[in-house]
Amino acid sequence: MTVREALNSALDEEMSADHKVFLMGEEVGEYQGAYKISKGLLEKYGPERVLDTPITEAGFTGIGVGAAYYGLRPVVEFMTFNFSMQVLSGQQSCFAIDHIINSAAKSNYMSAGQISVPIVFRGPNGAAAGVGAQHSQCYAAWYASCPGLKVLSPYSSEDARGLLKAAIRDPDPVVFLENELLYGESFPVSDEALDSSFCLPIGKAKIEREGKDVTITAFSKMVGYALKAAEILSKEGINAEVINLRSIRPLDRSTINASVRKTNRLVTVEEGFPQHGVGAEICTSVIEESFGYLDAPVERVAGADVPMPYAANLERLAVPQVEDIVRAAKRACYRSVPMAAAA
Amino acid sequence: MAIWLLARSRTIIQRLPKMMPCFGVLYHSSSSFHYSASPSSSFLMSHGPRRLTSGTTPFFFFFSRPESTKAHTQLEQLYTSEDDDDQAIDFPGGKVAYTCEMRFISESAEKRVPCYRVLDDNGELVSHSNHVQVSKEMGVKMYTNMVTLQIMDSVFYELQRQGRISFYVTSMGEEAVNIASAAALSAHDVILPQYREPGVLLWRGFTLEDFANQLMGNKADFGKGRQMPIHYGSNSLNYFTVSSPIATQLPQAAGVAYSLKMDAKNACAVTYFGDGSTSEGDFHAALNFAAVMEAPVIFFCRNNGWAISTPVQEQFRSDGIVVKGQGYGIRGIRVDGNDALAVYSAVHTAREMAITESRPILIEALTYRAGHHSTSDDSTKYRPIHEIEYWKMTRNPVNRFKKWVEKNGWWEDKDEVELRSSVKKQLLEAIRVAEKTEKPSVEEIFNDVYDQLPSNLEEQERLLRQAIHNHPEDYPSDVPSRRHFPPISVPEEYAEDIFSVSSNCSPSANGWRERDSY
Repeated sequence: MTVREALNSALDEEMSADHKVFLMGEEVGEYQGAYKISKGLLEKYGPERVLDTPITEAGFTGIGVGAAYYGLRPVVEFMTFNFSMQVLSGQQSCFAIDHIINSAAKSNYMSAGQISVPIVFRGPNGAAAGVGAQHSQCYAAWYASCPGLKVLSPYSSEDARGLLKAAIRDPDPVVFLENELLYGESFPVSDEALDSSFCLPIGKAKIEREGKDVTITAFSKMVGYALKAAEILSKEGINAEVINLRSIRPLDRSTINASVRKTNRLVTVEEGFPQHGVGAEICTSVIEESFGYLDAPVERVAGADVPMPYAANLERLAVPQVEDIVRAAKRACYRSVPMAAAA
Repeated sequence: MAIWLLARSRTIIQRLPKMMPCFGVLYHSSSSFHYSASPSSSFLMSHGPRRLTSGTTPFFFFFSRPESTKAHTQLEQLYTSEDDDDQAIDFPGGKVAYTCEMRFISESAEKRVPCYRVLDDNGELVSHSNHVQVSKEMGVKMYTNMVTLQIMDSVFYELQRQGRISFYVTSMGEEAVNIASAAALSAHDVILPQYREPGVLLWRGFTLEDFANQLMGNKADFGKGRQMPIHYGSNSLNYFTVSSPIATQLPQAAGVAYSLKMDAKNACAVTYFGDGSTSEGDFHAALNFAAVMEAPVIFFCRNNGWAISTPVQEQFRSDGIVVKGQGYGIRGIRVDGNDALAVYSAVHTAREMAITESRPILIEALTYRAGHHSTSDDSTKYRPIHEIEYWKMTRNPVNRFKKWVEKNGWWEDKDEVELRSSVKKQLLEAIRVAEKTEKPSVEEIFNDVYDQLPSNLEEQERLLRQAIHNHPEDYPSDVPSRRHFPPISVPEEYAEDIFSVSSNCSPSANGWRERDSY
């Protein structure tokens, strides 16, 4: 089952189970979604529940928030999360992110529990391929820094199904960060995960590969890279444990810390910018909780601290590669010279 | 122009059955927006769907009953052309007529859109005015609410000046907008306010005690002391919690309206905003979306002349707000916001149209912010005092409405004295009690961030309680506590993780150490 099929089936099942669930966004209806995630849904549920909207992210984000205020459970699709920043024109400030941060995330608190906002903002996030600076960035750290939001990022088809269904059923606003390059990838899916009642817990990471020498944390596409890196490392006698975060907020600190206490070494991997990133937060958690267990400095693998260049060679250099993860893990295991010493 | 319209409309009204409310839908004929080098007029006028007027007049009046049309029929008519195919371009969305004249559409109509009113400044009914009838009971309730709002404003404003609350915003000068619009709605209509509409809440039954509790941020406040003063909200009164960022409530109102429509409720969404908000992108997004989604929502613009210190002439070049509706295919009306009867009639009728025809309506109420923007502002620094005085005295909406209820024999001086003294007394008592009421307890810092308290917040709360326990002298003494927590010495935060399933490594098995300090 591809990730695309997994997301589509999750949407379909939840829409069928709860008539208050509806999908809105650009091209979600007639066009079946810019990435075909909503394929067949318009036909099945009609234009009232699969809503094509004009091109104003701030508009439909606000409308989605309003609909959620009043009892519906909207799933808002961004053609890409890069457009969740959207500004209408230079002088006007009209941001979709304003509705997510200032309205969706805070309304339950500000209304003292009177107005809950059961809404899902979903769409592709992170670096795609060959689309330059404004279409290639990761918003995990942005949204995860805001209390009131839950932020999920699936890797496999099972993740996509289980987490999207959990997000739609959740009473809080959820930002659901997919990855365009994973949509077409196939993963084996268990029978259990194919059941319409299947759902994954929010806030719980998954240990994708058990190991004892070094912990590698990753989310979304980087989980695949981390698993590849672990394969390479195993040939050199390093047994890496790979944690698929699944949930960026709440962050499963206990699973991360338990793993680090076992391996005593940590490499964090993400595509986003390094400063104030997800890796920085994980590092802090480990320093706070498990400082005494660390046998090596924490290694952080992240996207380059620059806007994404378009040229293919430069683009490749700006995002983490499998070899970067392998090298970082070796440094953490003292199998190679630490970066500072090499410089 | 206004006079002409009145005369014109009168003749049309006379032909209509005697039915209240009778209301007008004003269309700008496209010719009024055209700049033409040739003195001859109008192409659309001669091809257009409506020919109620002669070609030389820039506006025409079209009367219809609320149930007479659906939102899209207008558009269909606009797009349907009787011309031959070679006289029109068949374009997605409908045919458009050709013209051989090179004519740029004018940036504005020759005359400004007139302002609908019922009462003149002396509280006299303008002759031949058409409006929705107001009963004695309704009229008196509207007036007493306007006075209550006035008193609330003056007392709460003083409270802020005395330093007893941090912030306040008055609605002075906009009492008619507040109360009359609220009176014209049903309690099921959902309000998405800005912050200068406490009168709507007052009308719906929010008590003086409720207002005082919110301003004091005590434990009786519906918002649990989380929001700054005047950010009221009440779920039971269908009044959303005030949101500080300007205009975000507009697209949200379209969303609420869409929900109401999907549920086939006999109600609409109503959102209020000032002239300043119309410069926000959200305003434009909201109007466009509401029109396309055919959402039953009333966009109520309080054009009070000033966006804090920016006058309207520095905010936009259009004829105010009402004309912007047409750009999005939204019906609208400009109304005298200081005329309670006009506001009442316009909102009442707009509500009927919004619900029965499932369409958004734009109302622009011309009013004036007679007070400062907020307690953080001194408006005499940027606008002339005589302007403020003129609006406070000559154009005062409360005085005007008072004259009308008095003329009807519904109100006397003794009622006035009684009302003012009793409201003031009740208000001072509400403040006295609210000030003494206990503040929200410690756990309210953490509650409601999520539907259920997550483990990291539970942990923070535990640490905070421990710190308060260990260093009571460093913390305010008026923070009550209700939730009971086990002592901090057991690091159970992971085991208690409400999100987690079972962890494959329990704290005890790993011998996790206790943190010494934070």
